[in-house]
Amino acid sequence: MATVAELFQSMEYGPAPEADAPARAWLAAHGDAFGHFIGGTWTKVGKTFETFDPSTGKSLARVSQGTAKDVDAAVAAARKAYPAWSRLAPHARARHLYALARMVQKHARLFAVLETLDNGKPIRETRDVDVPLVARHFYHHAGWAQLADTEFAGYGPVGVVGQIIPWNFPLLMLSWKVAPALAAGNTVVLKPAEFTSLTALLFAEFAHQAGLPAGVLNIITGDGETGAALVNHPKVDKIAFTGSTEVGKIIRKATAGSGKKLSLELGGKSPFIVFEDADLDGVVEGVVDAIWFNQGQVCCAGSRLLVQEGIAETLYAKLRARMEKLRLGPPLDKAVDMGAIVAPVQLERIRSLVEQGRAEGAQVWQPSWPVPKTGSFYPPTLCTDVFPSSTIAQVEIFGPVLVSMTFRTPEEAVALANNTPFGLAASVWSENINLALDIAPKIKAGVVWVNASNLFDAASGFGGYRESGFGREGGREGMWEYVKQMGDGRREKGAASRSARSPIAHLPTPISPAPAGAGAIDRTAKLYIAGKQARPDSGYSRAVVSPKGRLLGEVGDGNRKDIRNAVEAAHAAAKGWASSTGHLRAQILFYIAENLDARRDEFAARIGAMTGGTAAAGRREVDAAVRRLFTYAAWADKWDGAVHGVPMRGVALAMHEPIGVVGVAAPSEAPLLGCISAVAPLIATGNTVVAIPSEPHPLAATDLYQVFETSDLPAGVVNIVTGERDALAAVLAGHEDVDAIWYWGSDAGVTAIEIASAANMKRTWCTSAGVDWLDAAHGEGRPFLREAVQVKNIWIPYGE
Amino acid sequence: MSALPRNPGEPLDLDRVRAIRVNKSAAERRAATIGTRRTVKKQWQAAWLLRALTLIDLTTLSGDDTPGNVRRLCAKARHPLRPDLEDALGVTALHPTVAAVCVYHEMVPTAVEALEGSGIPVAAVSTGFPAGLSPFKQRVEEIGASVQAGAREIDVVITRGHVLTGQWNALYDEVRTFRDACGDAHLKVILATGELATLTNVARASWVAMQAGADFIKTSTGKEGVNATLPVSLAMVRQIREYKARTGCSIGYKPAGGIRTAKQALEFLMLMNEELGRDWLEPSLFRFGASSLLTDLERQLEMFVTGRYAAAHHHPMP
Repeated sequence: MATVAELFQSMEYGPAPEADAPARAWLAAHGDAFGHFIGGTWTKVGKTFETFDPSTGKSLARVSQGTAKDVDAAVAAARKAYPAWSRLAPHARARHLYALARMVQKHARLFAVLETLDNGKPIRETRDVDVPLVARHFYHHAGWAQLADTEFAGYGPVGVVGQIIPWNFPLLMLSWKVAPALAAGNTVVLKPAEFTSLTALLFAEFAHQAGLPAGVLNIITGDGETGAALVNHPKVDKIAFTGSTEVGKIIRKATAGSGKKLSLELGGKSPFIVFEDADLDGVVEGVVDAIWFNQGQVCCAGSRLLVQEGIAETLYAKLRARMEKLRLGPPLDKAVDMGAIVAPVQLERIRSLVEQGRAEGAQVWQPSWPVPKTGSFYPPTLCTDVFPSSTIAQVEIFGPVLVSMTFRTPEEAVALANNTPFGLAASVWSENINLALDIAPKIKAGVVWVNASNLFDAASGFGGYRESGFGREGGREGMWEYVKQMGDGRREKGAASRSARSPIAHLPTPISPAPAGAGAIDRTAKLYIAGKQARPDSGYSRAVVSPKGRLLGEVGDGNRKDIRNAVEAAHAAAKGWASSTGHLRAQILFYIAENLDARRDEFAARIGAMTGGTAAAGRREVDAAVRRLFTYAAWADKWDGAVHGVPMRGVALAMHEPIGVVGVAAPSEAPLLGCISAVAPLIATGNTVVAIPSEPHPLAATDLYQVFETSDLPAGVVNIVTGERDALAAVLAGHEDVDAIWYWGSDAGVTAIEIASAANMKRTWCTSAGVDWLDAAHGEGRPFLREAVQVKNIWIPYGE
Repeated sequence: MSALPRNPGEPLDLDRVRAIRVNKSAAERRAATIGTRRTVKKQWQAAWLLRALTLIDLTTLSGDDTPGNVRRLCAKARHPLRPDLEDALGVTALHPTVAAVCVYHEMVPTAVEALEGSGIPVAAVSTGFPAGLSPFKQRVEEIGASVQAGAREIDVVITRGHVLTGQWNALYDEVRTFRDACGDAHLKVILATGELATLTNVARASWVAMQAGADFIKTSTGKEGVNATLPVSLAMVRQIREYKARTGCSIGYKPAGGIRTAKQALEFLMLMNEELGRDWLEPSLFRFGASSLLTDLERQLEMFVTGRYAAAHHHPMP
């Protein structure tokens, strides 16, 4: 054993192990084998699988493989607990969440040690990051429970929520899922990842001891099959999932048409952008926090370093020196920076991706120190000579591997940053506030950290753009995922299909001709694309007839190429429209209203002719459309984001950003008002739109483009393609450069669109339920605005 | 301290000075995890505590200093650790002493005499310490007088106004003049970081002081409102790292003021080890400007030996 005198010379750190006896005693008390925690009690241990300490490869305990029957039992328990829990006074629920926060704090070290044993991440992280954030999450949501009635007035819980969480932050992800769900009055069935079930089980047991009623939180363990059973369970009202984009897409398809609310937090390949004026020593530590935190097994890890070319070599040298000083070893050692990779299969994936990178020409650099021979360890790795075309620049490695590329200009940095299907997070490093705050909004990501990385807080929403998923966790924006509008007619499935008229092809034939008006000139309704009236690619027209079968006119029979052109036009307009001021958008919406109002009688007559309604009914619809346009003109410069009170010296700006290019399949009914009700909130918030008007009554929408043309609406902001709704909507839903789709139509249409949307994980807002568009309570307002934007949280620590 | 070649300094590089930026929040985040990413236990901890003890510039800088209390301090400097503890730790042969004794000019002769034969150098604070606003000529002469009186290290203070107004040439010239006046005595430049307002200023002043020939850069006089902190230390030692990379010259670092506990001391040592490396855990390149720290280190070392929490009054007071 080294003497003090020897160590006085060597100045080594020596071992500093955290004791694991209490955690192992808890495992032993359960016979090192666990059933599920359902209805406030443990089930019998079923067919089990082992959970391992990844740093040694030794088994920790056996947990049960959840069967369909187990899932049934858990959902039934949650269902049984739901009425009482959801009706509990907000203050009573707040007390429960507060008790959970206190419970986590009281057992903080036990949670931390057990997490480190099961996951392999360093005890420093579980002790100083994971567990404190867990407690913080419950405190914060105790607050939302308390405020639920006032802050979410008119909304209530969704029901029974199925939650599936990953292995990289097992307990933290549990808190992100469970806290908002319970705060809003839902009951929960949660499935932890099969590699890391233990802290969820410990949490459930302690939560029950802390007085959480039986069945409010149920934990079932198991693998993907168990998860699938939960996702597909008919009595589950919402699925919340954190994990890979691949599985996210499967879940999107599996839940399509089910009416289940869905939030997905998926993968990433987040850029870490370093400008030449950044504090490079600060940057180096930022990189450590970004990619060597939790061995890089972080969905929002800053895994793509983008560095301004002139300083790249300087930064690489600093990074290599820093990597040499990182300590990797037994994760319970209090003096290591990096622990073990969660499982051999993940280690193998990291190895093979790095080897592929090497084969594709990357320079792979790793520190000189040795990596432990046993256990799943992988050293910190820096890959240079990487290009966007390299596999390792595109694929999520989910390990301690940083790939680096250079850029010349801010514009190129943004282009490289956005050159990915993902959009979870980003870091921007510059000492120039003008530059940093110019770049942050241009990056497609749900979270942007300025001069920082991997900052999290319960008050600030977390979640992705693009294929990194949708929905937010944390803050007010996260609470919306766990509530639904009460008395919401929208959920009444099938109503729209019942009220909607038959497809035009089935209309009675022959069609009687239009009356020969005295000197009337034939009018041709065209498609409206890029601010121009366009003939349909197909060269066919569709007849528009009155309920009595009289020909009212013809519209273009749009096809996939017309949709393609319209999407391109919408993209061309998107950048300018999104960056235009709310004031400008308000003026244009007011102006559209003004010009529509001037043609009130004409539009009313058109609506009446198409729908067979009275002139008065037509005027009511036009008047409502004018009012609606005023409403969104009003909102255009008021749909503000928020500044979150996160615990640091700085601000987290929750920006409302447009989603991008949005496809709209307008409702069949209310041919003018329905279309405007969808289009107006979208363009008010900066989106550009490809709209498919009411299939049976498209002429009100085609008349509208003349109004747009006289109202200074920039070309491409709204594009109109007439034709068969579901065929055109399917093209939009599958289009990989459409960011969201809103659809009012049939059950079959909803299902088809939700399935097709998985191609690029576009946001969907689909329903077959009827809407009383004349009723402002359902036809306009905040729900539309919330769907029209996504929240980007920009963290800006400051201080000089 | 004489083992290393001295820093000859180099011409002032104003472009480099102005390009320095320190992001405060980033520095604070790094500082906050220095003590949580590293720890030492058992005999490793004992070794680190002993190391800290040998890096102390044992200091008294009070208006009521007299030869009596200075001699007492010097006696403690020679034997900072109780012989029974030295023995129990197995370090008697190392003859652990503190690194230096730091006093005002008037106390230099007393300290030199009291430390004779110990090899422990006397450091004198100088140049109108602590404010550094007495006539420049007198400040320079003060250095000469202290060197003449036997001080082998001179801790000077800079004109903070030069930093706050961006007069980098003036700062450079001031420190250069101090350096020349030191002759063979080593120059420690006190930046009084608590009065420099920003970490960027601290880093720039560090750089200028090194280019002007500082052997050590030091945080504080102990008289400012804020003394040595970990973020300030990061700002300074990272400039030392740059200077080493650029010139090959190793500059010492001395945090001073406010470091009273063994735990704090270990955090500073870990910061040095992580940011600069093992070489900066030697008295030639690292010092604590402290007084009460010593007693806490003794207590912690005694606890390592006995396994019992120790009492301050069981250790001879400095």
